[in-house]
Amino acid sequence: MNKRIQQNVMIKGTKDGLTLHLDDSCSFSELLKELESKLSANYQFQENDSGIAVKVHTGNRYLLEDQKNRIRELISQKKKLVIDEIISNVITKEEAKQWKDEHQMTTIAKVIRSGQILEVVGDLLLIGDVNPGGTIIAGGNIFVMGTLRGIAQAGHNGNQESFVSASVMKPSHIRIADKIMKAPDKYIEDGHMMECAFINENGRIIVEKIQAFKNHRPNFNRLEGGL
Amino acid sequence: MGEAIVITSGKGGVGKTTTSANLGTSLALLGKKVCLIDTDIGLRNLDVVMGLENRIIYDLVDVIEGRCKIHQALVKDKRFEDRLYLLPAAQTSDKTAIVPEQMYKLVHELKQDYDYIIIDCPAGIEQGFKNAIAGADKAIVVTTPEKSAVRDADRIIGLLEKEENIEPPKLVINRIRNHMLKNGEMMDIDEVTNHLSIDLIGIVVDDEQVIRASNEGEPIAMDPNNRASIAYRNIARRILGESVPLSSIEDEPKGLMAKLKKLFAGS
Repeated sequence: MNKRIQQNVMIKGTKDGLTLHLDDSCSFSELLKELESKLSANYQFQENDSGIAVKVHTGNRYLLEDQKNRIRELISQKKKLVIDEIISNVITKEEAKQWKDEHQMTTIAKVIRSGQILEVVGDLLLIGDVNPGGTIIAGGNIFVMGTLRGIAQAGHNGNQESFVSASVMKPSHIRIADKIMKAPDKYIEDGHMMECAFINENGRIIVEKIQAFKNHRPNFNRLEGGL
Repeated sequence: MGEAIVITSGKGGVGKTTTSANLGTSLALLGKKVCLIDTDIGLRNLDVVMGLENRIIYDLVDVIEGRCKIHQALVKDKRFEDRLYLLPAAQTSDKTAIVPEQMYKLVHELKQDYDYIIIDCPAGIEQGFKNAIAGADKAIVVTTPEKSAVRDADRIIGLLEKEENIEPPKLVINRIRNHMLKNGEMMDIDEVTNHLSIDLIGIVVDDEQVIRASNEGEPIAMDPNNRASIAYRNIARRILGESVPLSSIEDEPKGLMAKLKKLFAGS
């Protein structure tokens, strides 16, 4: 290390282990080379050291999964180092979108007609009807501000806590996680009360008026985390 | 430059062709220059309903494939001087004989010369439907007050709403039977419009005269006294932008209902 070069890898010790700050402006191959040499040259291991947790900060550099693996490989070759996590300031748009979608309610104003399928990752707020033959699918909960006459599937990712609510509840069937509730043979015409379908204590989907929902899920508000 | 209106329904037998013929006739009666296009290749009917069957020389597929010029294939309806023309469908090919792009070009060309292009769409949602809607600016969905027809109309509306070049479709409820409505045996108009949630542009009563007229090749809209005819003429006026109230004419006249009942009793 006689040549004076720019510091692309900075190693800092914290009480939790090591933190490697990787420069985000140099090329990746340069970075790997320097990482390699830094790790072998600068660090003297004590025999009695237990594994040292390493956090890798990559700054504003976006690493592909493959590149992450190469860094992991490189670091884990050094006997005492254990990769804790690789942290980056940047994520791809897709990842950001997915993250956002999963934690967000999607509001859509539309009539879902026969043959149409509407699928969202998080919660769904539909302003409009779901007609017979139409399907709505949500990873989270479903709120229909209209008449639900088609198929609704909440908790698509398997969340048993999900529920379906509708201003007028006349679905052809409802699914929550892996449970299915079929429609009754006939819906009573009168009384357009807001209703809510959810899985009860016995593991069956029941439909109740919306006010009764809080009795079945007393800690629902906390679960949502005040978002 | 005119506008192209596609008449569609999804389900067969609800009255697309009848509606196309009568709207075309009504618009021509109102002094507009109209071209009817039958896109039901292989099962053409519009020419029969219009009474122009025997005058067909070339057809839609001939035009598309360049075997003739458009004006050679257009059949002129002599009852309307120079205002009503029909471009008949081919009877020998099938729906795959043309593609949407060709249809779009054709309709676009016709729009230069006509005020209204009325496109009669075949039943179904396949190629024939795609061809029919390709050049359209507006769409009219025809349904009857039956669950099956409304279901199909719902599907069709969903497909039409996806098309960016077509304005939100309008609804015609056809074949309404007043006595069944009163008994609650039929879906009522509110039920249908609530279900489909699109604008209603007209309702047409079920009238035996419509069948007679179509058999004679003389669209019912030419009869100034018939209820169905008045309904079609009203739709045409609404297409032209007039605001014609729905219920005042179509629901009220008791005398005609009584006449109809007598007809039923007599048969």
